[in-house]
Amino acid sequence: MIRAEGLEKRYGRKRVLRGVDLAVGRGELLLVTGPNGSGKTTLLRVCAGLALPSAGSLEVEVDRSRLGYLGHEALLYRELTALENLDLYGRLYRVPERRERIGMLLERFGLWDARGERVGSYSRGMTQRLALCRVLLHDPELVILDEPYTALDADAAELLDRELAGLVEGRAILVSTHDPARVEPLATGRLALA
Amino acid sequence: MSGYAADVAALARKDLKLELRARDTLPAMLLFVLSTLVVFHFALPEGSGDEAAYGLLWVAIVFTALLGLARAWVPEREHGVLDGLVLATSDRSAIWLGKAIATFAFLAAAELVALPAFALFFQPLDAAAIAGVALANVGICAVGTLLAAMAAASRTRELILPLLFLPLTIPLVVGGVGSSISAEAGDYLLFLALYDGVFAVLSWATFEYVVVE
Repeated sequence: MIRAEGLEKRYGRKRVLRGVDLAVGRGELLLVTGPNGSGKTTLLRVCAGLALPSAGSLEVEVDRSRLGYLGHEALLYRELTALENLDLYGRLYRVPERRERIGMLLERFGLWDARGERVGSYSRGMTQRLALCRVLLHDPELVILDEPYTALDADAAELLDRELAGLVEGRAILVSTHDPARVEPLATGRLALA
Repeated sequence: MSGYAADVAALARKDLKLELRARDTLPAMLLFVLSTLVVFHFALPEGSGDEAAYGLLWVAIVFTALLGLARAWVPEREHGVLDGLVLATSDRSAIWLGKAIATFAFLAAAELVALPAFALFFQPLDAAAIAGVALANVGICAVGTLLAAMAAASRTRELILPLLFLPLTIPLVVGGVGSSISAEAGDYLLFLALYDGVFAVLSWATFEYVVVE
């Protein structure tokens, strides 16, 4: 579903990625690890199409509309409510039965009661849970998660463990994390960036 | 409604909703354009003539637009929302068009107050001058929204936006002032429409390259 060979990314004279090879198929989860500054976020942004590679080849078989991406930031409007944010993304992704799907996700991630509150008033953990709702809203085939456990409390982290286990079937997943032990049992491959 | 038009409508509606909530762009534009006209009213010597007054009106319009454009992408910069929109829209130019429409609405709202104020302080505008303002708004918002998106990605955005935007508004000011004072106002209106068409197509076609690293 996603294959890269000799992937490089430079910002000016600084080379952030050098010669990265990866291949992730349907039903596989690639765990991306590495110290701060090793290029994990850049690699995931390139795979998501948010940054263009400077060299190497990248093939992504799925359409952009079937990709779910969680970055370091929530990609949500602070002045809009949780419902309004998900409704906007649902419209743009043309999610069928949008309202039902949004309601189901907000329930699942424990945000239904806070659905009418502005995201700017959310705690960091609530914002991260809402960001995960956004990622899953359009039932993506390729899921890219950059540090998904950030700011999640123990219950929410366990919920994400269960979600990831359910997601692997039929999808390709790339996850970067500083806590590899958490994702290791689900991983079918591992990429360590230096 | 086609998918593209639905995306544009959803994005423009979102910008209007954000402004209704936060109220941090339109009030600033209104206050700026009114205070500028008041200052010009006292600064312009008596007997300076219509030409000078029309020139100052265009200075006020361009800088009011600049104020709105400087804030246009602020909500997207917070929490990296632009990345989310880039991934969610099937045609990324819909993001530009939605933002340009919202910016146009804010600028038009500011002018709904500014033009009567100009008539009060100086002289009323005729139909050709008002048509010139409307056409110039399209060009300002088309090219300004693209440049504001480019500037938003930079650390020195406050500096870059005026440096890029002001030179490109010179033809609009020439066309706008010409449509206000010239006997051949139609030629200037045609020139403004041509500028709008060329720069709208250029901005629409190049936006995708502005939002991907």
